[in-house]
Amino acid sequence: MEKMRRTMMFVPGNNPGMLQNAGIYGADTIIFDVEDAVSIGEKDSARHLVAEAIRTINYPCEVAVRINHISTPYGYKDLEVILPSHPDLIRLPMAQSADEIKEIDGIITAAEEKYGFEPGSIKMMAAIETPKGLFNAQAIAEASPRMVAIAIGAEDFIANLKTTRSKDGSELVVARGHLVLAARAAGVQVIDTVFSDVNDEEGFIAEVKRIKQLGFDGKSVINPRQIGIVHDIFMPTEKEIEFSKRVLAAFKEALAKNSGVISLDGKMIDKPIVDRAERVLAYAEAAGAR
Amino acid sequence: MPEEIKGLGTVKQYKGAFALEPQGHIVGGKLRAGKPHSDKIVRSIEQAIEASGLKDGMTISFHHHFRNGDYVLNMVLEAIAKKGIKGLTLAPSSLNDSDTLIRMIEMGVVTAIETSGARGKLGRVITSGKLSKPMIVRSHGGRARAIECGDLHIDVAFIGAPCCDKYGNINGVNGKSACGTMGYAMVDAAAADCVVAVTDNLVEHPIFPISIPMTQVDYIVEVDAIGDPKGIASGALRISRDPRELQIAEYASRVIEYSGYFNQGYSVQLGSGGASLAAAKFIKDKMLAKKITASFGVGGVTAPFVNMLEEGLLDMIYDVQDFDIPSIDSVRKNANHIEMSASYYANPHNCGAVVNNLDVVILSATEVDVDFNVNVITDSNGVIMGASGGHSDTAAGANLAIVVAPLLRGRLPMVLDQVNTIVTPGETVDVVVTERGVAVNPKRKDLIDNLKEAKLPLMEIEELQKIAYDLAGKPESVPMSDDIVGVVEYRDGSIIDVIRRPL
Repeated sequence: MEKMRRTMMFVPGNNPGMLQNAGIYGADTIIFDVEDAVSIGEKDSARHLVAEAIRTINYPCEVAVRINHISTPYGYKDLEVILPSHPDLIRLPMAQSADEIKEIDGIITAAEEKYGFEPGSIKMMAAIETPKGLFNAQAIAEASPRMVAIAIGAEDFIANLKTTRSKDGSELVVARGHLVLAARAAGVQVIDTVFSDVNDEEGFIAEVKRIKQLGFDGKSVINPRQIGIVHDIFMPTEKEIEFSKRVLAAFKEALAKNSGVISLDGKMIDKPIVDRAERVLAYAEAAGAR
Repeated sequence: MPEEIKGLGTVKQYKGAFALEPQGHIVGGKLRAGKPHSDKIVRSIEQAIEASGLKDGMTISFHHHFRNGDYVLNMVLEAIAKKGIKGLTLAPSSLNDSDTLIRMIEMGVVTAIETSGARGKLGRVITSGKLSKPMIVRSHGGRARAIECGDLHIDVAFIGAPCCDKYGNINGVNGKSACGTMGYAMVDAAAADCVVAVTDNLVEHPIFPISIPMTQVDYIVEVDAIGDPKGIASGALRISRDPRELQIAEYASRVIEYSGYFNQGYSVQLGSGGASLAAAKFIKDKMLAKKITASFGVGGVTAPFVNMLEEGLLDMIYDVQDFDIPSIDSVRKNANHIEMSASYYANPHNCGAVVNNLDVVILSATEVDVDFNVNVITDSNGVIMGASGGHSDTAAGANLAIVVAPLLRGRLPMVLDQVNTIVTPGETVDVVVTERGVAVNPKRKDLIDNLKEAKLPLMEIEELQKIAYDLAGKPESVPMSDDIVGVVEYRDGSIIDVIRRPL
C-alpha cells in the first residue's frame, strides 16, 4: 500500500514554535517551507533551522521541505544545507520541465551517497504552477523514480491564466482535471492546492469534496484546523467499508482455495475492485487513527 | 514541610484528600438588631468605615466578581488608609493586580492576605515577602469552609453591589455594573460581623431577585461607579483558535467520551481558559451525536456553556461566577441557570456540595508532576502568578478530573519530577492531557481500560515527561530561600504545601 498523503501541511520554516509543534496535529505530511513563507533576509537562517529541526525532533509523520526553485539564488544552497538532515521528501515549486527534476535527482543521489543514506530514500514531488508546467506535467512526474506526487499551486497558476480565484473554482477545472490525468498516467499521487481562508470552513469543505471527487489523493493545508476536515471527507462511508471488507474476505477465500475466479453475491470481483477495497480500508484505518 | 510557621503557628499537616474530619460548629457574625424604620444608608465610604467599627488588626473582605473592572477594593483601601487604620488582614475571594494594594502593603495598611491567589506585580510583591506573615492560599470551597468554621473570621465585609435596594437587598444581575451571580460574596455576607454594601445602583425597596438579603447587610453606600463594565465582563468568550489548544481540547473530549461517565444525565464543569473552554465545542458535538443531555453543568460560566443550556444539552447550570455578558444575561433570565454560593458549590465541610456530584471536570494547570500533583499558583520561577480557584475542590469531587496543559511552554517542560507548589494533590487527578500525549493516573485502572478504544496517544506520565525533556532538556530547579511567603491550604484546612521566596 502506498504512503497516504491526504493532508500535506505547510509550516513556515522560520518559526521555531511552529516547527516544534508541527508533528502533533495528525497531518500525513508536514512541509517545512523555506520558499514563499520566508523573506529573502531570512532564507539562510530558515534553512539551517529546518535542517536542525529534522535532525533533532522525532516527527511522527512524513517530513518534506519545500525548497526554493533552483533558478533562484537559494535553491542549491537549500539542498546543500537540508539534504544532510535526511528529509523524507523534497518539494520543488514552480516545476516547468523534466530536466529540473533530473538535476535535483542528481544532487539528491550524490547527497545520499555522501552521507551514507539508503539510495532512493529521499523522495521528490513537484508543484505545477504555470501553464507550461501543466503541459509537461506527465514528463515531470516521470522524470525520476523519486517522484511520488505532483501538486497544483493555484495562486501563481491563476495569475498566469490572467484570471482570479473564485469560490466554485471554475477557473481551475481544466488544470485540476489535466493534472489528475497526468498523475495517473505517470503512476504518482496528485495533491490539490491550498485553501487560504482558514475561517471559511464551509468553502473549504465544498472544495475538498470537489477535489476528492475529481480524483485527488489529498490536499495541501495551511492550518492544523483544516486537517480533521480533510480526513473526515476522505473517510469512506460505513457502506463502503463493509463492502470492502467482504471483497477482501472473498479474495482471501479464493486465494485459499486456489481459485482463479473471485465472486461476491454472485458477481465477479476483479483486480481493480480488490485494489479499491484495500484503498478504502486503508483510508478508514487512517481516519480512525487521526 | 515545617511543623511551625512564623506568623501562622503549628501546621496542620495534609494527610490525604478526605482524611480530615471536622470538629465543632458553624460560627457566624455578631448578633445585630436592625430597629424598625432605621436607615442603613450612609453618606460615604469613610462614614461606613466609622460605623462598622473597623480598627487596626481587623480582617476585611471583598469579592472578585468584578474581576479586572473592580473599583471597590481600591476605593475602600484608600478610605481606610486616610483614616490611619493599619495592620489589616485582607481576605478577598481572589485578587487581581492592584497598584493601590501594593501601596497599602508598603504603607502597612494591609499586612496579611488570605485569598485564592494573586497575579502580576502584586504576585511578585507578595512573593518577595513584603507581608508580615505568609499569605494563606485557599480554594473557593476551602475559603467557604474557613469562613463557616471560624478559621477566617471577617470583621467587615465590603460588598460591591450592582443592584442594592434602600434596605440592603442585593443582586448582581441588574445595573450598569452587573456581574451576574454573587456566589463568593454570599458566604462573606452570611458570616461577617459587619456588612457594608457599596453600590452604584441604589433602587427603591424591594427588589427581585435577591442574592444577598437585607437581613445580612448593615450599611449601604452609594458611589458613582463600583467598576468598569468592560473589565467586569467581556463580550461572549469565544472558543480558542490556537491549534495546539484545540488539539488538547479534542483529546480531552475524547477522554470524556470513552471514560465510562459520558452517559445520559452526566454532569460536567469546564474551566474558562483556552483548552478547557475549547473542549465545550467538541463535547457538544459528541453529545449531539450520542443523543445525550447532561443533568447539570457547573461554572465559572461562559457563553459556550450558556449556549449548551439554551440548546437543551444541559438541563441546568449551577453558577458561582460569570465571565461574559451572555452568562450574566442568562442568569438573569433563565430559571434553569441557578446562582449558588461558594459553600454550596465546593465547601468540603457541609452536608454535600455541588462538586460532590460532578462526573467530569476539565482543569487547566501551570505545571504537573509525575505523581499527578498540580500547580496553578506559582510560575516556573517560583513566583505567585495564579489562583487556586475551584481547582482542588472540583478535582476532589469529580469522578473524572482531567487536567489539561501544554507539554512545553516556550522551552520549559510542564511535566516535572515535582511541581514547584502543590495546589491539587495527585490522588485527586485522574488524567493529564497534553498535545503530545495523554497519561492516566495508574490508580485508575478502570479508566486505562476504558480509554484503550479511544485512539488517544496514551502513555505513562514518565514517558510524557521524557518527550518534553528530550525536546527541551531537564529544567534546573529554582534555588529557593528558607523564607516562607505563602502557604497553600488544602480545602479541608490542612496545609498541603508552602511557597518559599526564590533567591
